[in-house]
Amino acid sequence: MTNTPRIVEVRQNILKHNDEVARELREEFHEAGVFVVSLVSSPGAGKTAFLEQTLTILNRQCHPAALVGDLATSNDAARLARSQAPVKQITTGTLCHLEAAMVRTALDGWNLADLDFLFIENVGNLVCPSSYDLGENLRLVLLSVTEGEDKPLKYPTIFNSADVAVITKIDLADAVEFDWTAAKDNIQAVRPGMRILEVSSKTGQGMPEWISFLTSRPA
Amino acid sequence: MHELSIALSILEFAEEEAQRRGHAARLEAIHLKVGPLSGVVKEALLTAYQLASEQTPLADCRLVIEEIPIAIYCSQCRAERPVRSIQSFRCVECDTPGCQVVHGRELQISALELLE
Repeated sequence: MTNTPRIVEVRQNILKHNDEVARELREEFHEAGVFVVSLVSSPGAGKTAFLEQTLTILNRQCHPAALVGDLATSNDAARLARSQAPVKQITTGTLCHLEAAMVRTALDGWNLADLDFLFIENVGNLVCPSSYDLGENLRLVLLSVTEGEDKPLKYPTIFNSADVAVITKIDLADAVEFDWTAAKDNIQAVRPGMRILEVSSKTGQGMPEWISFLTSRPA
Repeated sequence: MHELSIALSILEFAEEEAQRRGHAARLEAIHLKVGPLSGVVKEALLTAYQLASEQTPLADCRLVIEEIPIAIYCSQCRAERPVRSIQSFRCVECDTPGCQVVHGRELQISALELLE
């Protein structure tokens, strides 16, 4: 026995288990031909309203479904169920984010091959969900006009991890004197080249553009 | 605040690794590489680790965190470059915006210090 510690290189991803499950899920989604979109935002940015509208529109033309993560209550699932699309709640308890294994468990009993789109609504949180791959094809980050234009600068990690930014509640933009230029500049500063969509779930403005963006993508 | 579940994952891995190497091996330190885009805060992780390791065989094992700065591939310089800041993904040399992240997402156990 010596007293000098030996350094052993390991290079192990700490979230290796999550990454492996996410990779398996991504393969399953691909084989089943389902396009998977996850949604992240702060609490109250309008994820559920946006998703309800999206499901209602898509349900007329194809087969969407949704998983919705929430700390407690199943209110969001009840709201989304009004769209007539299959919806399942994932109650996370005190956990502040969804993990790939939770998605896999929630999918139990669903035949993925019956679906065209699967939406995964993460817990309202702009910090923790950024670390966890859920096997999604597209990650949306939502930013409501009532939150302020500097959210991307305050939470650069989640904005950088997302593929598309959706500015929500645009019907309220004038009332809150939303600075469009600043908001878009801030998004581009933390994620150059990011596609930005603008919607109002209440008036339906911008929804056709979002739906056509979604349906024109190869599954 | 997901640092606690990350700390538990680190301990789980380290304990398995120590067991695999036999009873004679004592784990002195766990070395991590953490980037600012990993979504993990160094201070919070150190606190969570301390809590999680209390009253376990790894209570005395240190957690050493190396922070890895963000680097992008700059299409203008055709090279890996640091960014201006986490709030400005532009090449520090030529100011070209870049979204191809080369470093900064790390959340990795890089090495273990064993006393044998």
